[in-house]
Amino acid sequence: MESMWIAILTATVTAGTPLLYAALGEVLAQRAGVMNLGIEGMMLVGAMAGFGVTVRTGQPWLGLVAAMGAAGLLALVHAFLTVGLRANQVVSGLALTIFGTGLSGYLGKSMVGIPAKATFKTWALPGLGDLPVVGPILFRQDTLVYLTYLLVPAIWFFLYHTRPGMNLRAVGENPAAADAVGINVSVTRYVYVVAGGLLAGAAGAYLSLAYAPSWLENMTAGRGWIAVALVIFAMWDPVRAMAGAYLFGGVDALTFRLQALGVVIPSFFLKMLPYVFTIAVLIVSTRETILRKSAAPGALGLTYDREGR
Amino acid sequence: MLRNKKLFVVLSVLLVLALLVPGCSSGSKSTKKDADKMKVAFMYVGPVGDAGWTFEHDRGRKYLQEKLPWVETTYVESVPEGADAERVLTELAEKGNKVIFATSFGYMDYVIKVAQKYPNVIFMHCSGYKTAANVGTYFGQIEQPRYLSGIVAGKMTKTNVLGYVAAHPIPEVIRGANAFTLGVLSVNPKAKVKLVWTNTWYDPAAEKEAGKSLLEAGADVIAQHQDTPGPQQAAEEKGKYGIGYNSDMRSYAPHANLTSPIWNWGPYYVKVVQAVKDGTWKPEQYWGTMADGVVDLGPFGDAVPEDVRKLVEEKKQDILSGKLVVFAGPLKDQKGTVRVKQGEKMTDEQILNMDWFVKGIDGTIPSK
Repeated sequence: MESMWIAILTATVTAGTPLLYAALGEVLAQRAGVMNLGIEGMMLVGAMAGFGVTVRTGQPWLGLVAAMGAAGLLALVHAFLTVGLRANQVVSGLALTIFGTGLSGYLGKSMVGIPAKATFKTWALPGLGDLPVVGPILFRQDTLVYLTYLLVPAIWFFLYHTRPGMNLRAVGENPAAADAVGINVSVTRYVYVVAGGLLAGAAGAYLSLAYAPSWLENMTAGRGWIAVALVIFAMWDPVRAMAGAYLFGGVDALTFRLQALGVVIPSFFLKMLPYVFTIAVLIVSTRETILRKSAAPGALGLTYDREGR
Repeated sequence: MLRNKKLFVVLSVLLVLALLVPGCSSGSKSTKKDADKMKVAFMYVGPVGDAGWTFEHDRGRKYLQEKLPWVETTYVESVPEGADAERVLTELAEKGNKVIFATSFGYMDYVIKVAQKYPNVIFMHCSGYKTAANVGTYFGQIEQPRYLSGIVAGKMTKTNVLGYVAAHPIPEVIRGANAFTLGVLSVNPKAKVKLVWTNTWYDPAAEKEAGKSLLEAGADVIAQHQDTPGPQQAAEEKGKYGIGYNSDMRSYAPHANLTSPIWNWGPYYVKVVQAVKDGTWKPEQYWGTMADGVVDLGPFGDAVPEDVRKLVEEKKQDILSGKLVVFAGPLKDQKGTVRVKQGEKMTDEQILNMDWFVKGIDGTIPSK
């Protein structure tokens, strides 16, 4: 029985990791006030580019870099449209998803059916991997999972305890005020939208190089959208995003194992849970906003025009 | 404002020109070269790169193109099962296609509707049940190779627990799981088949996860009904075995994959188009068998020993000759109730509407 729960929790971390990368990226972009609904498209382009480069070079690390670069470029397009040209963020983001889905399918056509030459394999962290219970769950994963253990506290510290992090939050909260104290709103937004793209690319690479090593059209299967929901669920906080990613990942892991045990819970019901959680959190967070507590960045989704004030 | 207007005019002219140019060129091309070619079109529900269902139909299209040089084929991929299907079908008919293959169940009513407007075009609809004067249907009995793949799995298992990653709870999938299980039990009566539903056709990560869950539950051979090799990859990673589906999946799991029940539409497409040319085509409801070559068992993986290959080959001959029928009595359901008596066979109607699991499957069909 214990080993089964360990297996479920191990699978939870694996299933949660792509969601976590994508959500961390979206936290950064949304904290800067730019909503990017193009995660699904960026993840797909990242997964495709990462897989392609890995197949050609045999180096998963080069694949990861390519994935992040390709998705970062797409994010740059989004930044140019929404920050540079002040286009509608929702429309641009949706366009990015549709474009990314098509582009990755088109460019990836020749890679369907090719096995991955090299992948990110799981390995035990010396010492930590031997711990009872925690060891197999957290410390017998692959390198990309370990990276998130560093990334989450790093982003948390950056956001709340450094000046650039404070500037970032200011730009998303009240761009006019940020502008008035000399923060360059446009540059800040460009930087964090692209950073969000880089992380979405890493999420895609995790799918095509570690989780299910292969390239198939549309292989993200909606995970980009779950990541968007996750950001709201996490109330734009990286640590809560991690908890949320594992919660949502856990639902994935649980679905099949409960069935294998003969427990009859309709899997549609479990699949619906992440969204129910998100709606519940939205209700709670909206109440908190009314009570003047923390919630969504104040200027989220709004374009900023210095002369438009 | 004036400048904008000018710009608008210029853009409009450019747009019209852009539309005209390809129109002209294709018009002139078809006068000579294409006039003696018969145009055949395919409409797919997924991308041709899905490594599964649509991939196999497109392989059939390429085969047709290769075998009949007087045919010119085109395809439209990722057409949703909705109003778009009607638009695409109309366009394909307008473009002068003589035969149009629509390869998903949900296209059915649109095919019938468009076919009424174009009585000179032959429409072939895969997996449906509605025909008309110029509409035929076609599908294949994939349960025959699935039964054979069950024999392979039943012979290779050491734990006597097999895993089945099922897609959606519909008769087609239930039928497949039953056929696989009957194949397993025919050589290994002690084995049982653990089954989980993913409610997906296409989610590599989730399907791999489902495969992993079955491996953790003690299964050592994983069969599947989805269009991605996810469950095969799970087996590969754990050093266990897997049975693929749709197409030869050995490249994804070179050590794990034992074999895959596969579709092979090419020969049938050649037959249909040839019949249309000869004027012998009639609307029929075609349900192809292994004997017709529409369905088959894919190549064996290296792990399958010679005696198992031989046994499967024997059983295959029995199926080809009609001696072995997959859904023949005695068949018991999970509760042990006899559903098909000794000496009886299930009718096509019963097989197509199957909604119960045979004894030996450890899993439940979600109630509606």
